[in-house]
Amino acid sequence: MPPTVARLAGHRLFWPLALLAALLVTNVAYTPDFFSIQIRDGHLFGSLVDILRLGSPLLLVALGMTLVIAIGGIDLSVGAVVAISGAVACLNISDLADQQSVGGVVVAVLLALGVCVALGVWNGVLVAGIGMQPIIATLILMVAGRGVAQMITSGRIVTVNSEPYHLIGGGYELGLPLSVVIAAAVLVLTGLVVRRTALGLLLESVGGNREASRLVGIRARGLTIAVYAFCALCAAGAGLMVSSNVAAADGNNAGLWIELDAILAVVIGGTSLTGGRFHLGGTAIGALVIQTLSTTVYTVGVPPESTLVFKALVVMAVCLLQSPAFRAKVLSRKLPRRSDTGVGAPAAGTATSTGSSRSSTPASAAQSPKEATTL
Amino acid sequence: MSTTQPRAAAGRGVRTFLAQHRDYVPVMATAVLFALTLEAGNYRYLDFLAGQTIANLFVDNAFLLVIAVGMTFVILTGGIDLSVGAVAALSTMLCATLVEQHGWPPALVIPLVLAAGGLIGGAMGYAIHHFEVQPFIATLAGMFFARGLCYLISTNAIPIDDPVFTTLAQSHVTFPGGVFISWSVVIALAVVAVAFLTLHYTGFGRAVYAVGGNAQSALLMGVPVGRTVIRAYTVSGLCSALGGVLFTLYTLSGYSLHLVGTELDAIAAVVIGGTILAGGSGYVLGTLLGVLVLGVIKTIITFEGTLSSWWTKIAVGTLLFAFVLLQRLMTSRRRA
Repeated sequence: MPPTVARLAGHRLFWPLALLAALLVTNVAYTPDFFSIQIRDGHLFGSLVDILRLGSPLLLVALGMTLVIAIGGIDLSVGAVVAISGAVACLNISDLADQQSVGGVVVAVLLALGVCVALGVWNGVLVAGIGMQPIIATLILMVAGRGVAQMITSGRIVTVNSEPYHLIGGGYELGLPLSVVIAAAVLVLTGLVVRRTALGLLLESVGGNREASRLVGIRARGLTIAVYAFCALCAAGAGLMVSSNVAAADGNNAGLWIELDAILAVVIGGTSLTGGRFHLGGTAIGALVIQTLSTTVYTVGVPPESTLVFKALVVMAVCLLQSPAFRAKVLSRKLPRRSDTGVGAPAAGTATSTGSSRSSTPASAAQSPKEATTL
Repeated sequence: MSTTQPRAAAGRGVRTFLAQHRDYVPVMATAVLFALTLEAGNYRYLDFLAGQTIANLFVDNAFLLVIAVGMTFVILTGGIDLSVGAVAALSTMLCATLVEQHGWPPALVIPLVLAAGGLIGGAMGYAIHHFEVQPFIATLAGMFFARGLCYLISTNAIPIDDPVFTTLAQSHVTFPGGVFISWSVVIALAVVAVAFLTLHYTGFGRAVYAVGGNAQSALLMGVPVGRTVIRAYTVSGLCSALGGVLFTLYTLSGYSLHLVGTELDAIAAVVIGGTILAGGSGYVLGTLLGVLVLGVIKTIITFEGTLSSWWTKIAVGTLLFAFVLLQRLMTSRRRA
């Protein structure tokens, strides 16, 4: 391979982008005008805009998830939070005397966001304060949260007829869907805050080794709680978009499986699940890949049912490529510097794999090599 | 929640007993909780403790019991298996489609389905051990995969009216006094017994505890860690598949949306049953109690009538929280 191509292929965004490009090109083969974007009523219309619009809730959730994974955690409760956020907002709006009043809608939206931030803090306290494994701590809210969402809506689908609320998921700004603008703004803001300040470094430090971070004076506990709260806030935003788009809150189905899609987006984006590294840009591309995949499945005419199998294979492939052990054992000819195949590798492998599953203390995760994150 | 009450009332003797048998505390807490929930039901409803109500606890939860037993193995090794519900759903689909649409004999289909479940579990275990994929993400992929296969088979529910399946589903074991249980219960209890014997009286069982306690030490002592991990996931896959077959008998249908969220029920049952999530400590009989506690809660909510189904989720979440908290307190005290 020529050196420039090799360097390009080695860039961490290369494979996610290549996957996205491949999916987009596949679409063109089936719908020739896939890339055409028209302006109607001052708004942009087209398949690409649709992908952005439908993908923005996922992008928001995946953003929050990226930071949670960066500190060595995981948040399974985002789907439930999406449902709760929509339920709280819609219930409050449906109780308004005048559903068109902007003030009332703003209050309802703020209330929904507030409730969800409180839920995020709860997750954070369970993880950082009490020391539960993140999977289990957020599993509790995942189970109970969907029940809470149904309780809020009394098991019904609460419909609203509010123009201001509909703007969040269906409105347009600068020719683009408002949800896309919101998601992009959150992405850029988060990127600026974590990368232009030391915050990102602190998060990666906590994800790399919580105990060591604490010893050098990083407030690991406070950061963890803040990150879980941020993740819930993002999920709440996504919940508002989803419920506002369909002008209804469905406690049962809103945000169902979105936690899996979000984790998938993060993993495709090159953030390692062991924590300690994160790539917001990669996550954004990962979220677009997922959404494009869903669109592709429809345009190509593959039965939509096969999406899940495909996603499973993608997750497995990406995880295997990220796994140092897999690279050492299967791809060892390509990576001659990792020569520890043979007797040593399974031993080390056992220790790290079971270690990281048993306790989420990043100390065990930190022992595993980190060079796998470059994918 | 449940332990504070007896503990507050406990005299010195009880306290020493608890200190000496710390491993049993979660199981005892579960037993107390089970008794309390039963008593609460009995206090509130007439005939709650009737033989048939208790028997129905087993009848309605036989499939969950089998799945939770498999989950116990995995959690004991310090892992987690999120794919159980999907694998069980895949089993219902495979049973239904092979028997109804392809006309295969059930005697061939059921072993095949069990083998498929074991294979999926084994593959996940292989990836987890040899490629160091986190158990959570590997089994998540397995969950997607199995659900996806369900959808590929069919998106519609497939009813079963094969004579073998219907006979199996409808025949009962009747006890004196007219109380009856389905054959599924017998199978589920047999699975519990086999799991109990395996965990406590075989090398594999000891290896499971050793790996969960400390994989590194286990390896140094010569425990075949890799084989144990892969086998544990295989057992879980196998149990999920069997749970799926029992669920097929329970509903006489195969459907890709069957058993959504069962992984959470199974994890909750195992945790409530006193198995420490970090691995290495717990009892399969505790899991049985955990499943029964969940069953009683569901029964109470059904009996109440006005309580809606989402209270089950909230109750399960709350219980899970209480027991994880209890575990956390216990393990931190042990380390100190």
